[in-house]
Amino acid sequence: MRIAIVDESASRAAVIREGLDAIDDCEIFVLTERRGLVAEIAGIAPDIVLIDLGNPSRDVLEEYFAVSRALARPIAMFVDESDAEAISASIDAGVSSYVVDGLAAHRIRPILDLAVRRFNAFAKLQADLDEAQGKLAERECIDRAKRILMESRKITEPQAYAELRTAAMDQSRRIAEIAQAVVTAHKLLGGA
Amino acid sequence: MGGNLTISFLPLVDACLPILAREHGFAEAEGISLNLVRDMSWATVLDRLLYGHSDAAHLVAPLAIATTLGRGRPPQPLSVPFVLGLNGNAITLRPDLADQVAPPTRLGDPRIVGTTFAALAKTSAAQGKRLRLGVVHRYSSHNYMLRYWLAASGVRPDHDVEIVTIAPPFCADALEAGEVDGVCVGEPWNSVAVERGAGRIILATAQIWRRGVEKVLALRQPVLEDKREETEALIRALVATARHFVEPENWDANAAILARSDYLDGSAELIKRAISDRILLSRGSAPVHYPDFMFQYREAANFPWVSQAEWLYTQMVRWDGSSFSPEDAAKAARVFRPDVYRSALLGSGEPLPGASSKVEGSLSQLTAIGTQQGQITLEENSFFDGRAFDPSDLPGYLAGLP
Repeated sequence: MRIAIVDESASRAAVIREGLDAIDDCEIFVLTERRGLVAEIAGIAPDIVLIDLGNPSRDVLEEYFAVSRALARPIAMFVDESDAEAISASIDAGVSSYVVDGLAAHRIRPILDLAVRRFNAFAKLQADLDEAQGKLAERECIDRAKRILMESRKITEPQAYAELRTAAMDQSRRIAEIAQAVVTAHKLLGGA
Repeated sequence: MGGNLTISFLPLVDACLPILAREHGFAEAEGISLNLVRDMSWATVLDRLLYGHSDAAHLVAPLAIATTLGRGRPPQPLSVPFVLGLNGNAITLRPDLADQVAPPTRLGDPRIVGTTFAALAKTSAAQGKRLRLGVVHRYSSHNYMLRYWLAASGVRPDHDVEIVTIAPPFCADALEAGEVDGVCVGEPWNSVAVERGAGRIILATAQIWRRGVEKVLALRQPVLEDKREETEALIRALVATARHFVEPENWDANAAILARSDYLDGSAELIKRAISDRILLSRGSAPVHYPDFMFQYREAANFPWVSQAEWLYTQMVRWDGSSFSPEDAAKAARVFRPDVYRSALLGSGEPLPGASSKVEGSLSQLTAIGTQQGQITLEENSFFDGRAFDPSDLPGYLAGLP
């Protein structure tokens, strides 16, 4: 079975490809470039096309599939339109799929389920990464706020941290928020 | 009421009303909270709507009808209780082609530009190089406006020229790379192509049909019924936003909001040109003022005229090559819901037309129309070829088209 993965994110495409490699009898093609996409798809003649929902080329691909219905290898929009739950799961995961007409449902379903799981896994990885980066940024901000307090008030680092913590407790806010306020105020007051 | 509505949209200037309804607090004032989701293709906007990720969508009008009729996928009834705007699109050609068909510093007469373009397209086709024009979707007003103009100018779409689908953000790229010779697209994408020297605007779609229906607010019919109260509140909020949107003193602030990265992620300067009806036709020239390039509020512009839906259905029959079906025509007509619009605004200061359908494109002068409340005077509204659309005889209209 020939599967085309269309995704402008090469790293996500790699994660999905890795998952699909485990399925027997699958030849996988990854397309990350927008230019010439339709011609490439036509050349590959895939049985299944997986494309992320955020891809701006979806309308262009759908138009090609609509036109190709008149050709030898018509591509249906979705596996089985009656299977609303499966489609809903794939929309939730952020992937849409197009399948050649006449392909048996039992051959398609495992591939789609796998694609959905891989998309979800990638989204989780991304969220974890964003969170980690957010925490790093917060730590940097707290460090800057401490330095500002140490310099302006001539206090030690532990004292500066204690000041931030007390202010946070008094106002029922997070230390990072207080630190951000200190940094912003310092900037507004002409500090570097 | 405390209702929440999620609306998905594409980054286009005519997504302005839902965005500004949220940003200026018009939605909040009506007791609803709007969650806006930006997408990059109509396919995804539609998927979200059909599978419950969104309650309503900023949608190309013909796609609401095509979805209801089951063109391209199984039918799902959609409802349109509000028109987000009229026109606002343009036709942009590669500069070397534009130079041959249109005057350089002003918008030409669409008949003359059409005749000249027809000769050029036929010469190209005879040399085995059919011109290729890009539209944003098969079921878009861009496609129907472009084809209307071509056909009335003596060009046979799909024979003399090729018409392909292209994503709006890539129009300038595609013109530059020679993938297409021209595009019909919404703002700011024509202006982006102009700024890059990749294209020149030759016509505004408002020159083809002076009051042509463009984007609509679409909901799944069952969702409209479930959330009728919220939908009516949204209509009131969108009307208030539209009234605010057309006031020149708000243009700078609105352009700045729309330009933000979570909305259009584009240039406030280009956006302001569109909302102030000032279009730069070619790089380095002065902007041309073309009144009502975009039409968002006056003359009950947001009223979903049933005749607009019927006109779109005739174009669908015309260009899909399907045969006319009275049942489908009736289904298409029911997509537009003037009853919901009226119900939302009854008793407000907003004018409401007396009728729900009208002969389209038949007005050559100011015309006061009968109303349910308030006063409405319609300005000139014509198709460039002088044909009018009478919704009482759809087959007759279709038979009379070239």
